[in-house]
Amino acid sequence: MGLSDPVVLFFLLGFTASLLKSELKLPASLYETLSILLLLAIGLKGGVELAKQASWSLLGQSVAVLAMGVVLPLLAFPLLRVFGFARADAASLVAHYGSVSVGTFAVAVAYLAAQGIVFEEYLPLFVVVLEVPAILVGIVLAKGIRRDTDWKALGHELFLGKSIVLLIGGLLIGWIAGPTGVKPLEPLFFTLFKPLLALFLLEMGLIAASQLGSLKRYGVPLVVFATLMPLVSSVAGAGLGVALGLSVGGVAMLATLAASASYIAVPAAMRMAVPEANPSLSLTASLGITFPFNIVIGIPLYLQLAQWLAATL
Amino acid sequence: MQTHQRTLLTVICEAVLEHKLEQALEKLGAPGWTIADARGRGGRGVRSAGWDTEGNIRVEVICNRELAQNIADYLHEHYYANFAMVCYLSAVEVFRADKF
Repeated sequence: MGLSDPVVLFFLLGFTASLLKSELKLPASLYETLSILLLLAIGLKGGVELAKQASWSLLGQSVAVLAMGVVLPLLAFPLLRVFGFARADAASLVAHYGSVSVGTFAVAVAYLAAQGIVFEEYLPLFVVVLEVPAILVGIVLAKGIRRDTDWKALGHELFLGKSIVLLIGGLLIGWIAGPTGVKPLEPLFFTLFKPLLALFLLEMGLIAASQLGSLKRYGVPLVVFATLMPLVSSVAGAGLGVALGLSVGGVAMLATLAASASYIAVPAAMRMAVPEANPSLSLTASLGITFPFNIVIGIPLYLQLAQWLAATL
Repeated sequence: MQTHQRTLLTVICEAVLEHKLEQALEKLGAPGWTIADARGRGGRGVRSAGWDTEGNIRVEVICNRELAQNIADYLHEHYYANFAMVCYLSAVEVFRADKF
């Protein structure tokens, strides 16, 4: 199970330390550095693969994945409204859940590697594809298509945010440099991937646990949503993966991507575009509940789902 | 050295507003400003600065009373409803009148 993986244990260490109100605190610049390294590592890896096999069918797959990023939030929105969430809050929540978490993706990469399961190396491309559409859907759901939305500033925020720039930058550098060009970068970005991820998750544990304080305020409906939504989305992601003919590892990765919820790009974008939505509601759900759920329970479960689908279909 | 009366406008708000705030200050004609990271606790809970969207900033502008009031009104109108923001004026004495 996922629990014996050292990176998950690092997460639990941070989580527990924070719950026990330990003095442990990592410098903010270290977290920044780690997230930059992980984003570039994921981008580079995908880019190298694109250099080997960029094709039209990949473009078709990307369009299908993008469609999933639009449809899932549209389906979840009315459900949240039924559960009594205000319109802006529901829209913000589905934007977080339709988008993706690179941290969760990184843990899934490490998990599959530890299990010796290969997946299509170009999958980081889908991380990029899934990051933005749900944010646009969320904004339109919250406000309709109104003139007073500052689309120019929003576009800047969406497409020039840190994670998109580093992911696309890494993809392009990997693509242009190719496998041999990237080789000298391997020690830092690929060999050290797991140690970097472990430190990153230590900090994520501290942050995730600090979100739990506000959980009491939002109660059961939020907890139910934050655990059920990833499960439902993962089934949609796995189904799409099978339909696209991905390998077992690829299906598990796409299920993980669909199940993950953003906690960096989307909160910042929604705060500016839909300021009336309560930011701590979405962040508590995605960071406090869904992220821990996915890396401890979800990812092993999504792999089993992929293996079960491969065995039965 | 002779001193001159000016007004110090201090704004403490969510870090996410930094860019918009700078645009507004520029538009309204603030002569200059200083921004620092901040953390603390207020009506909207603990702002720990432990996370990108959870940080606060503290913006200081020294200018004449009228402009300070204008900026405060603008902020009130645009951001008070949905953002964590505190804003206050205080009298200060400056040495170079032409600078502020």
